[in-house]
Amino acid sequence: MTIFIPTPLRAFAAGKDAVEVNAGTIAGALDELTQAYPDLRKHLFTSEGRVRAFVNIYLNDEDVRYLPAKDATAVSSSDTLSIIPSIAGGC
Amino acid sequence: MAATTLPIELPELTADELSRYSRHLILPEVGVEGQRKLKAARVLCVGTGGLGSPLALYLAAAGVGTLGLVDFDVVDASNLQRQIIHSTADIGRKKLDSAEEKLKALNPALKVVKHDTLLSSANALDILKDYDVVADGTDNFPTRYLVNDACVLLGKPNAYGSIFRFEGQASVFGTKDGPCYRCLYPEPPPPGLVPSCAEGGVLGILPGLVGVIQATETIKLILGIGEPLIGRLLLVDALNMRFRQLKLRKNPECPVCGDHPTVTKLIDYQQFCGIEPASERQSAVKNGIPQVSPKDLKKRIDAGEDLFILDVREPFEYQIANIGGVLIPQNDVPKRIGEIDRNREIVVQCKSGGRSQRIAEYLKQSGFPTVSNLAGGIVAWSDEVDPKVPKY
Repeated sequence: MTIFIPTPLRAFAAGKDAVEVNAGTIAGALDELTQAYPDLRKHLFTSEGRVRAFVNIYLNDEDVRYLPAKDATAVSSSDTLSIIPSIAGGC
Repeated sequence: MAATTLPIELPELTADELSRYSRHLILPEVGVEGQRKLKAARVLCVGTGGLGSPLALYLAAAGVGTLGLVDFDVVDASNLQRQIIHSTADIGRKKLDSAEEKLKALNPALKVVKHDTLLSSANALDILKDYDVVADGTDNFPTRYLVNDACVLLGKPNAYGSIFRFEGQASVFGTKDGPCYRCLYPEPPPPGLVPSCAEGGVLGILPGLVGVIQATETIKLILGIGEPLIGRLLLVDALNMRFRQLKLRKNPECPVCGDHPTVTKLIDYQQFCGIEPASERQSAVKNGIPQVSPKDLKKRIDAGEDLFILDVREPFEYQIANIGGVLIPQNDVPKRIGEIDRNREIVVQCKSGGRSQRIAEYLKQSGFPTVSNLAGGIVAWSDEVDPKVPKY
């Protein structure tokens, strides 16, 4: 499945805007992503392993926080994960 | 669908207005009544820069009756790559004055209210209360949270837009049953993680695209037509010209707009975003890293001190201007840390002092005994030591 990497985090994913992973759940997909790009881990997760509050993870167009199984939700190869961090520019 | 609460008695349109707005009047979704609603409406544009420029211009063109503008900044040449409400002749002038002039040239009937101030917890409620819709065109996290909280507390819809490099986001926050900014992002990112437009760059057209989306949402809210972006986050990727929509839910536990709010008045947003108060910022030490001024650095270099100046910018920046430092771009520092001499004093330098501060802290944590930060970066060096060094 494809994980979309937002602009502010691309520097930590070798400049890629999308990464392909082969996991069965959302948590598994994020784990595979941070194994491949360890620098991403601290930007996505707190030291306790929870997703940081200024980052939202979406499975297709739904916020993972609101899925019944949250990050244990199963994913298929046609699903996408999007990482949406907050941006503030406007000037 | 949501609409704003406008006065029951809508103002009549003059003969000039019937002619000027004919293209609106013949649209079933607008008509004379819709145009009267626009005339009665009061919109606050927070910021008259990248987003604020197209936003304010299109709202003026549409016949919004009153536009409030909040901006304390002055026009700079580097603004003109995207802040199209200002012109070259306005460089050095207050943005509020420049914006007012262009808006009134476009629409002399427009009432412009200038708020020449930094929006803060002390004045936000007072300023926002007189408007029907707020359009947030600011450029920093503390103000984003401030505008959000003030809108929720006052019950004003917030036509939100933000940009970064070539990506944008847009939504409508702050409606009674819809989410607010904090439902989406309960916490801000740590300072320095997401660079400002000055440090990260921005494609000039991008605020044009997103600002007009905000203007569109504002007009829809006033007229009560169409489907505003309430409960949706529009993502704009200008580079690939892809638009995506994500669902936004109102968080029942949101501290500001949830069922049991804990934030019932405006807070200290600088502190909330982890930004140190000004008095600490100007001091000689920040987060354990001594701050060196450009003048002091020049003195020490001239005195023959054996300093290792580490430039953590990108290669293209080094090509534009440099002060002879050793270039290791910030993201390469961890893997090239062996090239930095632990036995010398390291002075870390970047464009304006933000990236270099973070790298200095990283080096200190990695055991470097003497690390300092060039406060204000190469921009300050150009201002205070050597104006021949180009600013960019």
